[in-house]
Amino acid sequence: MATEFSTFEHDVLVIGAGGAGLRAAIEASAAGLKVGLVCKSLLGKAHTVMAEGGVAASLANVDDRDDWKVHFADTMRGGQYMNNCRMAQLHAQEAPARVRELEAWGALFDRTQDGKILQRNFGGHRYPRLAHVGDRTGLEMIRTLQDHGIHQGIDVHMEVTVIDLLKDGERVVGALAYDRERGRFKVYKTRAIVLATGGIGRAFKITSNSWEYTGDGHALAYEAGAELMDMEFVQFHPTGMVWPPSVRGILVTEGVRGEGGILKNKDGRRFMFDDIPANYKTQTADNEEEGWRYVTGDKNARRPPELLTRDHVARCINREVKAGRGSPHGGVFLDIAWIQAKVPNGAEHIKKKLPSMYHQFKQLAGLDITKEPMEVGPTTHYAMGGVRVDGDTQMSCVPGLFAAGECAAGLHGANRLGGNSLSDLIVFGKRAGEYAAKFAKENKSGSIDDNQVEALAKKALAPFERTGGENPYAIQHELQDSMQDLVGIVRTQSEMEKGLAKIQELQKRAQKTGIEGNREFNPAWHTALDLKNLLIVSEAVTRAALERRESRGAQFREDYPEKSAEYAKANHVLKRERDGSMKLIKTPVPTVPADLQAIIQENA
Amino acid sequence: MAKATFRIWRGTKENGAPKDYTTEVGEGMVVLDAVHQIQAESAGDMAVRWNCKAGKCGSCSAEINGNPRLMCMTRLSDLPLDEPVTVEPMRAFPLIKDLVTDVSWNFDVKKKIKKFKPRKPDAADGTWRIAQEDVERVQEFRKCIECFLCQDVCHVLREHHKHNEFIGPRFLTYVAALEMHPLDVEDRLEDLKSKDGIGYCNITKCCTKVCPEGITITDNAIIPLKERVVDRFYDPLKKLFSVFTKSS
Repeated sequence: MATEFSTFEHDVLVIGAGGAGLRAAIEASAAGLKVGLVCKSLLGKAHTVMAEGGVAASLANVDDRDDWKVHFADTMRGGQYMNNCRMAQLHAQEAPARVRELEAWGALFDRTQDGKILQRNFGGHRYPRLAHVGDRTGLEMIRTLQDHGIHQGIDVHMEVTVIDLLKDGERVVGALAYDRERGRFKVYKTRAIVLATGGIGRAFKITSNSWEYTGDGHALAYEAGAELMDMEFVQFHPTGMVWPPSVRGILVTEGVRGEGGILKNKDGRRFMFDDIPANYKTQTADNEEEGWRYVTGDKNARRPPELLTRDHVARCINREVKAGRGSPHGGVFLDIAWIQAKVPNGAEHIKKKLPSMYHQFKQLAGLDITKEPMEVGPTTHYAMGGVRVDGDTQMSCVPGLFAAGECAAGLHGANRLGGNSLSDLIVFGKRAGEYAAKFAKENKSGSIDDNQVEALAKKALAPFERTGGENPYAIQHELQDSMQDLVGIVRTQSEMEKGLAKIQELQKRAQKTGIEGNREFNPAWHTALDLKNLLIVSEAVTRAALERRESRGAQFREDYPEKSAEYAKANHVLKRERDGSMKLIKTPVPTVPADLQAIIQENA
Repeated sequence: MAKATFRIWRGTKENGAPKDYTTEVGEGMVVLDAVHQIQAESAGDMAVRWNCKAGKCGSCSAEINGNPRLMCMTRLSDLPLDEPVTVEPMRAFPLIKDLVTDVSWNFDVKKKIKKFKPRKPDAADGTWRIAQEDVERVQEFRKCIECFLCQDVCHVLREHHKHNEFIGPRFLTYVAALEMHPLDVEDRLEDLKSKDGIGYCNITKCCTKVCPEGITITDNAIIPLKERVVDRFYDPLKKLFSVFTKSS
């Protein structure tokens, strides 16, 4: 008997409804097109809500020396020059307008004395640059986009997961999905698709990411013939909670350090002063007093080493813990309470600047951050790698297939600066929506092969047919353990080879999952279907990391601890071969044009 | 390690019942951890919504020992574990399965509320100047994570099922955030009185008590809106004045 489907038709289909997806959908619908927005969870629950610190844009409201050029240079330096410089340029140039637009749509940022949008310090940003709302900027942003978007005539499909993209020749023309509630299949016919599915954090055991972040967009694009790039660069955020065990990995915002929080080991030493990388030496304070002056807005002071880039801070923490100088539960201490010695009404000040951190530690760890230091350690946070796209249009090498936000690669290079993600979402979400709309207008609908859809649906239902099959949760947990231990924050060839073998074993076992119950809201089934994506991105991360025999940005190789000029020349691109195997291609890093090169030099 | 029993609702409204699951509990665990552990061990198809696991997304709302709570923010150490911990779906919304309810009504309600409409920009570059204290008044309401626990506990919805006539505390708070937004110039008072059913709220403050974000829903959002509605439509002096102006 043929499987039942409901069919929907849109001009542009946006998959993912965090900041990038919402912004893309708003833009495409503003172009007068019929837009569908598919979200894996309920609307407004995507990971954007978790972003805390702020959105980076050189508004220059707090320090008038800031402009797009400095932001551009900071982004390139932070990314170790592996970035797509065109994207870094567009991002820095357009972020201020995108932030102001949010305000016109109702977002309410914290203010300066003269009533402008307030900006705070963050790691790797030369000047205070992050527009913010306390420490819940992401919530403000997603809610603003959501509340604006629902009046734009966008068709929102909540709790729907896309499992395959459908092609007509080279082009994408549709998607096959199921709804969580009833497990019914849906076929979306469309002329252009924007992927905005976020990250891959669930491939690792300790992560700040929720169940949704299984690399869906990465895998959908890869299987449709698009290229993945920079997958070895996985950001381990230096400060996740480490205790109690059940909250391990939950994010502690960099805003804590932006507001003056300091990192200490068990001996009370501010170990970040012990290791300042050469390319940041001139920008970094060499004593505690100067660091504090920077945090309080002294324009002549340099930033404290706690505000070095995330890759570096995470490695320093890792080193302290491994050397036996860590906190009782395997992290280090992050102390914001100390600023009470410097700030009148310190406890109130901390609660006001970091309300959700106060709340989070009080409720989940029984700890008062205005009195005691927090225990923190690295947590898998963000994928710099993603679908390789054109910098201007965000289109992949597959016609009609666009990607924006975390699931796209290029902007961040080898390491992302904090605050550059929220700005990425709105800058490139808008661009993806705009160019997807243009593509949809210029191209006719393609045709969908019903037999292919039938076969894909049958495959998706196969786990129900197997009795005594593999438990999908068990496979997911084994993968997470393996990636955490073997392809984590410190990497070596032998461990990663083991990791790759494990992935290959799990790929076979994932074909044999068996589940109980029916199709209605069945998380075991959802987990089983997500496994394919998790395994694709895990393989991509591991292969790219193995091939990069150097340490750069987020990739740290114990067997190759130095940077190598040779490896600086190429981004690692992964593509599916005809036989289904994954091929790695070294692609030259885009040449930086002379005008941009000059900007980098001026801001060195 | 200690063990604890969780009495979790399984199935649909017509065809469902609470079922006991015993699992190991460790230090610092929250109810959501226990539910996930049970799911992975012995109930793979148990439906539950969750995302951030840090009280920021408002997905994992449920009734724990009868109290509307976020599962991710309810620590087991705060519950008596010598008896089964009951975990049930929210009651004010139609049950889909297990712990998952159909909350789509909330999304429909929001769509009908008049959208944000800013005043003209203050500066030539299209930006506005706003004082921090004006921002702060509304930020309290904008902390809302849309967990819908306030809707769940509100007797107008829970007991009296006035979903067609009353938008509930979540959306009164949303209207308050718009009405008190320093830039907004839209007028929603007529809607509050007629369509949104603000009169149904008899300020029992149940919503305020369950809000995981600590928003003072009744006092800071609903009562000021009620006052504005009364001022506009029920002020005796204004009424008298309008009678005279009409008759003249």
